[in-house]
Amino acid sequence: MSERSFGIISFIIACGYVYIASLTELSFISDPVGPKKFPYILGFFWGISSLFIFFQPEFKPKWPSLYKFLEIIFVTIILVAYAYALPVVGFVISTIIATFVLSWRLGVEPIKALIFGIAVSFSIYFLFHNILGLSLAKGLFGF
Amino acid sequence: METINFLFDGFSVAFTIQNITLALIGCFLGTVFGALPGLGPANGVAILIPISFSLGLDAASSMILLTSVYYGAMYGGRISSILINIPGDEPALMTTLDGYPMTLKGRAGEALTLTGVSSFFGAIIATIGLMILAPQLVKIALLFGPAEYFALFVMAFATLGGVSSNNKAKTILASTLGLAIATIGIDGQTGVPRLSFGNVHFYDGIDFLVVIVGMFAVSEIFIFIENKDEEAKTKKKNIIITTIIPKLKVLLKTFPAMVRGSLLGFFAGILPGAGASLGSFIAYTFEKKVSNKNDTFGKGDERGVAAPEAGNNAAAGGALVPMLSLGVPGSGTTAVLLAMLMTMNITPGPLLFRNNPDVVWGLIAALFFANFILLVLNIPMVRMFTRILLLPPKYLMPIVAMISFVGIYGISGSSFDLLLMIFFGLLGWLLRKLNIPLVPVIMGAILGNLMETNLRRAMTISDGNWLYLFESNLAIIIWFITIIGFVLPLIFGKKITQQIEKFKKNRSKN
Repeated sequence: MSERSFGIISFIIACGYVYIASLTELSFISDPVGPKKFPYILGFFWGISSLFIFFQPEFKPKWPSLYKFLEIIFVTIILVAYAYALPVVGFVISTIIATFVLSWRLGVEPIKALIFGIAVSFSIYFLFHNILGLSLAKGLFGF
Repeated sequence: METINFLFDGFSVAFTIQNITLALIGCFLGTVFGALPGLGPANGVAILIPISFSLGLDAASSMILLTSVYYGAMYGGRISSILINIPGDEPALMTTLDGYPMTLKGRAGEALTLTGVSSFFGAIIATIGLMILAPQLVKIALLFGPAEYFALFVMAFATLGGVSSNNKAKTILASTLGLAIATIGIDGQTGVPRLSFGNVHFYDGIDFLVVIVGMFAVSEIFIFIENKDEEAKTKKKNIIITTIIPKLKVLLKTFPAMVRGSLLGFFAGILPGAGASLGSFIAYTFEKKVSNKNDTFGKGDERGVAAPEAGNNAAAGGALVPMLSLGVPGSGTTAVLLAMLMTMNITPGPLLFRNNPDVVWGLIAALFFANFILLVLNIPMVRMFTRILLLPPKYLMPIVAMISFVGIYGISGSSFDLLLMIFFGLLGWLLRKLNIPLVPVIMGAILGNLMETNLRRAMTISDGNWLYLFESNLAIIIWFITIIGFVLPLIFGKKITQQIEKFKKNRSKN
């Protein structure tokens, strides 16, 4: 069933892709093909293969339990928050928190996870910033 | 003679302190990535590309670092196959069949040494093959025009997954999805924004490094969250390795297996869309046919570990041939390596050999050198890596995540790219759940612009006549191979997949 629904959703996205590609405004310089046809060709094959999957499903995916699913969403939120926090709070603090929460969710006991988070954050900072000279997120406090 | 001269030039590129250090680091990290189940050559290389890019390494040095990782992973994959019966990466699956039984018999040390030697043998043969064959292929590739190149790209997608993929609908879907990602952004030929939803972030297009790291590294985290409970149940015990050096008799006995495995693996690697997994599979099945006279295979036969290990290392080298000389990758890892070269503004293919001989020959020289490092790391120092195997993924995965973020943030310094990376991580997880291969998506995202450019150039030459794509003899040959490569797996694919599944099942019974 999930393969069938994937096929149909993918087909709709393919149609949407072709539609949005058709909205591309042409410029005065142009070549015989133009910017629209390659997406059309792709959309065609995308749509056809989606329909194939819809009509001939052959595989039953194993989906995670609701609890696991929530956990995946939770980790996604953590990662998104981390992405937003980096330029504001800086690398060191946000990485400590993100590593702590991640490793805790992956099964490390909270106190160990906190120590681990601090260790990872400082070692990456030291290795990449001090030794390799890579620019890490600075944030308001400068580290 | 010319080749020898080039090789000497190559050694002068490779033998700088910086490049030797990079090769050492690459070999070490590669072996670690290979040995840890869940991380393979493609993830390893994917995580390191943004970092080597942000560090400002030149093309030759980054190539040396990343191919050392690639070769190292091929060596490292065998360690967990032999010791804990879990393949460290996909190509190492065949090594579990005879490798783990050897461990059960108390011959783990011997199996590790033997596979170390055969990995070395396979990789050296493949590097020599690469050195001889790639320049020849370049001569043919110089005849290619845009129409032939377009056909070649189509071939790369049509044959992806090689003989083992029988669900072509999923491969096509994945390829078009990847190519569609590449069409986002300002159209290079006419300068109009396309599919960018009016969002300025999309005007430059989606950096394929973001797609690669998201799909290969971040999706791994989600997969792990899902499976963490099962992971906790399998207890890993520290394995004590006693005898290290196999008897000369055993080495002589396995030598023919190494030769056969290396040659088969190398040619399997060159084939479009094959890669190392097929190399080790062919090497093992062929060796079993030739040597399994007393029904010793699957019960700890030395030849059963030597052949697939020689095979997968040789295939890894073989896969570099089409990637470097044509610019068309055949496997996930070579696609990622290609992405690295493209980020450095170097387009692999015949022009690479002409304009940047230092990159090509420096790389080849470094590969020879890396193999010697790997031989040392993987035989006398193999105990170090068996300890790393005990590192639980619950500590490993957060590190992988943080390094992915550091790498992508280092390139652009924008949170938007990080969000995209997380999005592709989720998408990669979803596609993996649905058994849709990720490699075509990655390849599409990397090759999309080149493919479209070649198509449109061909059409400009022919003034819009689409039949031009099928006019030259070379193009017809490529289209012909494309059709064969597409149809054959539909006929034979089921059988081979079933056989691989059978091996997998037998393994889990042990």
